Amino acid sequence: MKLVTAIIKPFKLDDVREALSEIGVQGITATEVKGFGRQKGHTEQYRGAEYVVDFLPKMKIETVVAAAMADKVIEAISGAANTGKIGDGKIFVSGIEQTIRIRTGESGPDAL
Amino acid sequence: MYKHIKGCAAALVAGLLGMLPALAMAEDTLNSGDTAWMLTSTALVLFMTIPGLALFYAGMVRSKNVLSVMMQCFAITALVTVLWAIAGYSIAFTDGGSMNDYMGGLGKAFLSGVAVDSLSGSIPETVFMTFQMTFAIITPALIVGAFAERMKFSAMLWFMGLWLLVVYAPICHWVWGGGWLGNLGVLDFAGGTVVHINAGIAGLMAALVMGKRKGYPGTAMPPHNLGYTLVGASMLWVGWFGFNAGSELAADGAAGMAMAVTQIATATAALAWMFVEWMSHGKPSVLGIASGAVAGLVAITPASGTAGPMGAIAIGAAAGVGCFLGAARMKRALGYDDSLDAFGVHAIGGIIGAMLTGVFADASLGGVGLADGVSIASQLGTQAIGVLATLAYTAVVSLILLKIVDAVVGLRVTEEQETEGLDLSMHDERGYIL
Repeated sequence: MKLVTAIIKPFKLDDVREALSEIGVQGITATEVKGFGRQKGHTEQYRGAEYVVDFLPKMKIETVVAAAMADKVIEAISGAANTGKIGDGKIFVSGIEQTIRIRTGESGPDAL
Repeated sequence: MYKHIKGCAAALVAGLLGMLPALAMAEDTLNSGDTAWMLTSTALVLFMTIPGLALFYAGMVRSKNVLSVMMQCFAITALVTVLWAIAGYSIAFTDGGSMNDYMGGLGKAFLSGVAVDSLSGSIPETVFMTFQMTFAIITPALIVGAFAERMKFSAMLWFMGLWLLVVYAPICHWVWGGGWLGNLGVLDFAGGTVVHINAGIAGLMAALVMGKRKGYPGTAMPPHNLGYTLVGASMLWVGWFGFNAGSELAADGAAGMAMAVTQIATATAALAWMFVEWMSHGKPSVLGIASGAVAGLVAITPASGTAGPMGAIAIGAAAGVGCFLGAARMKRALGYDDSLDAFGVHAIGGIIGAMLTGVFADASLGGVGLADGVSIASQLGTQAIGVLATLAYTAVVSLILLKIVDAVVGLRVTEEQETEGLDLSMHDERGYIL
């Protein structure tokens, strides 16, 4: 089993969710995060006090899938989240040792 | 019978009454129109503090301190109400005998003698007393802006209680209660000196004594909810009609003009700050336009009984630009941490307004006219005395009170409490449980 983590632009969440549904991914977790890579922040000002804000709002989505699905998931997310501009985000893939469904106690790939 | 007489009207009224001996001996009679308006004004001015000022300030602090600021405004409202009834009103508005130039006496302590049918001019004395109470409430509440995010709640209560009786009530007496500044001819219709310069300077003292917030100015501390701030500023604007037009103590033409000049000056100042900021920073801001409006409200306060509409435009423009420079430029240049610009907006706006009151009261500039034989230059001199006397007294006495409270209770929260946020550390509450 693989954990696929993607940091994407927040407004792309719905597009990515649809793309994942289409390839049969059953569940996703989404978290609001802040971050930056190469995308520049912005300046704010309040009564003469200027602040440069580096951190930008992003959305982190995580989904655990069977190892064989990982490549399809990467393709789906990349396609849906891409805008061509700096700040589109990144995808990370890591291994998952065990998965359990809480309601039934099933484990392993059956629990996905 | 004790008559409440405002500075600029003193000469005029005395002259008229001198010509009409019968009228001069007349008893006050209740005018229900005046009374209805003053009941309303009182509510409007209270509304300026709760929730107007509370929201205005709350939006400007960090979210971990949102409740602390509102708590301070609300608690001050309660504390001042009781102290004003017990002693403040008497010190401000009774005859102090040999000390009457500087303070009243305790003849009306515990509101003794203020009965259902007691009159003050054409309105019940209860209404006059409560109206003045709302001014006594908002003045210390303004000071909150200077020490926001770092003052101990208990110390704040002690300081404000003492400050009301030892600073506010005497200065109020000097200008409006029969004291020396009113007698000198200082024009201060609704409190440029008594309220704004007073609070602004006291705020500066508090900011200097307590020192800067941890992390200031390097750490970003942007306002956490400018929506609140704008809503609060709007409530201040609307409520201020009670503050200025209500200071006429009657429902008449002067009140109408006070309302008109208040509206015009405020709008002009809001635009002025907005445009200056637009030019200097590149974009107009919500905080800027709201601050500009408040600056205009402050500056027109002393002039609202004497200036005309075009004078209001001039005063508003001067305040919008002057307070922008005071809050956005001077503060950063000089380095003190007046968190929410109590000094930058209220002291500077109050001084600009108090001085320009002397100019725009003149009939040639659309005002009601200066007293017989008084030139603009000489009125400016009188205004300057009012400004300087208020400034000096409040600076010195506020400083002394701060030092005393610091020694006995400690003014500032600990570093851990400041980092955790005052809502939790002072009140065991969170402003937002989302």
